[in-house]
Amino acid sequence: MKIVVCVKHVPDLQGDRGFTPEGRVDRSQGDGTLNELDENAVEAAVTLAETHGGEVTVLTMGPPDAEDAVRRGLQMGAEHAVHVVDDALAGSDAFATATVLAAAVRRIAADGPVDLVVTGMAALDGLMSVVPTLLAAELDLPQATLAAELTLTGEDTRTVRVRRDLDHVVEVLEADLPALVSVTDQANQPRYPNFKAIMAARKKAVSTWSLADLGVDPAAVGQAAARTTVVEASPRPPREDRVLITDEGDAGLRLAAYLVENRLV
Amino acid sequence: MTQPAVLALVDHHDGVVRAPAFELLTLARSVGPVEAVWLGSGLAGALDLLAEHGVSTVHHVDLDAEATVATSARALAEILVESGATTVLLSSTFENKEVAALTAHETGAGLSVDAAGLERSGEGRLVVHQQAFAATWTLQVEITTPRAVVAVKPNAVPAEAAPTGETPQVVSHALVHPPAARTRVVERTVRPSSGRPELGEAQVVVAGGRGTEGDFSAVEELAEVLGGAVGATRVATDEGWIGHETQIGQTGVTISPRLYVGAGVSGAVHHRGGMQSSGTIVAVNADPEAPIFEIADFGVVGDLFTVLPQAAAEVRRLKAEQA
Repeated sequence: MKIVVCVKHVPDLQGDRGFTPEGRVDRSQGDGTLNELDENAVEAAVTLAETHGGEVTVLTMGPPDAEDAVRRGLQMGAEHAVHVVDDALAGSDAFATATVLAAAVRRIAADGPVDLVVTGMAALDGLMSVVPTLLAAELDLPQATLAAELTLTGEDTRTVRVRRDLDHVVEVLEADLPALVSVTDQANQPRYPNFKAIMAARKKAVSTWSLADLGVDPAAVGQAAARTTVVEASPRPPREDRVLITDEGDAGLRLAAYLVENRLV
Repeated sequence: MTQPAVLALVDHHDGVVRAPAFELLTLARSVGPVEAVWLGSGLAGALDLLAEHGVSTVHHVDLDAEATVATSARALAEILVESGATTVLLSSTFENKEVAALTAHETGAGLSVDAAGLERSGEGRLVVHQQAFAATWTLQVEITTPRAVVAVKPNAVPAEAAPTGETPQVVSHALVHPPAARTRVVERTVRPSSGRPELGEAQVVVAGGRGTEGDFSAVEELAEVLGGAVGATRVATDEGWIGHETQIGQTGVTISPRLYVGAGVSGAVHHRGGMQSSGTIVAVNADPEAPIFEIADFGVVGDLFTVLPQAAAEVRRLKAEQA
């Protein structure tokens, strides 16, 4: 079985995150990391490959630094890594991202069909959660997103079964392979690569592909092709008039008074 | 110049319209004449309410309750093209974000999700207000395509009835090109209602964290008095103290209520990412160094098991006085 995991390199959550004057995520801080939620996607893919046989390719798109994200995927047990990097990609929206990832998945499929595409539930910088769905649409694959539990069932384990916990309903979905799934942070506990795994990953190569390698028109991606443009980005001013008290026996009364005064009850 | 119509997808369960749908209709009226989209059954019982909220036309497609996001998106895309409207608004839930993405994909529309507000620019384009990085940044994002699909966060605006009601006309649609049903729903269990507002939609949320040590009684009592929902941190749900569906955070439910009360919540970055855009933030924690105090409008260093019940009793007393 051939599995592709799509991952993203994002600014560290604990770091000082912000935007450039052009309204793009500032990636100049150099403290990027594999999107934490994508570790669950890599874990899910590697576990499936270990259980059912097969190999995992970890795929990312992004500036040169983004290679760190696929390197982490290799350490976690992926066999192959692909990094799509091209100056024309800067400022790409979710649609362009899905177009490029789809082209890369098709190229990975050139030497044998891809059975399953796995993604995380969201990138912790944008939090849009729409690329998995758009990627499934671009690849014309059935989708089963937000898996809190993921198994392969059916004849020859050619059916993916997913349990998803939505806000008002719990669903079990099934789709025949090939398919796309996204997994939540409830799906598994990502492994922490040991020294041996880290050393083994050093020997694995990362394939670097450009838009030309993928046959994607540079005019179809990047800021110029984006359907939205950030006209203003500003840090939110700190909250004013903040009150901090230490309870001396009447804090509950003062809290109630505060709520009434601010018309919050 | 008359503005082109704005379509608003009205979410409902068993014929009961969900609260954010009225906020959506209120917001939609500010950018154009509102036409509602109702997918599934139960429309007849909701028509009066839609009328009060300024809906002139309701587009109805009779889908079953297990319709996948692909089917809902196809329905919206077909109505968008056929009606000549230029904008689709949805409430930002995980499912609706996918529906929004697919609708935009099919119609070439620009897409924005988790919008906190909306306006029209001088040129008539939609400008969406968004928050980023745990609400520490605000963005104004212009949609540059003629069509726009926007998923709006609950509590973006207070719901208000229209100044003048309408008598909505119902237009029934059948799907012209239903998508291939390749994802099968093999089980579907609707979660029983807690009797309180849904966490993602509530105007008031009282959340408990590690400091509750598993005892949510004080949190529940204050939520009850304030008419709010109960939420929790990842630690509390991982410990099994309360159901996973109550987890607030970047991977759980993202909330922006008018009032958030964190009890025994330290304010880890993942939790803050899910609640930092709340209107007023109250924190009660025994640890004066807890990071949540950095973002709290009203912070109490103290024992939640004495402060919360005292506050609940006092609010109850003040309410009784007013009544």
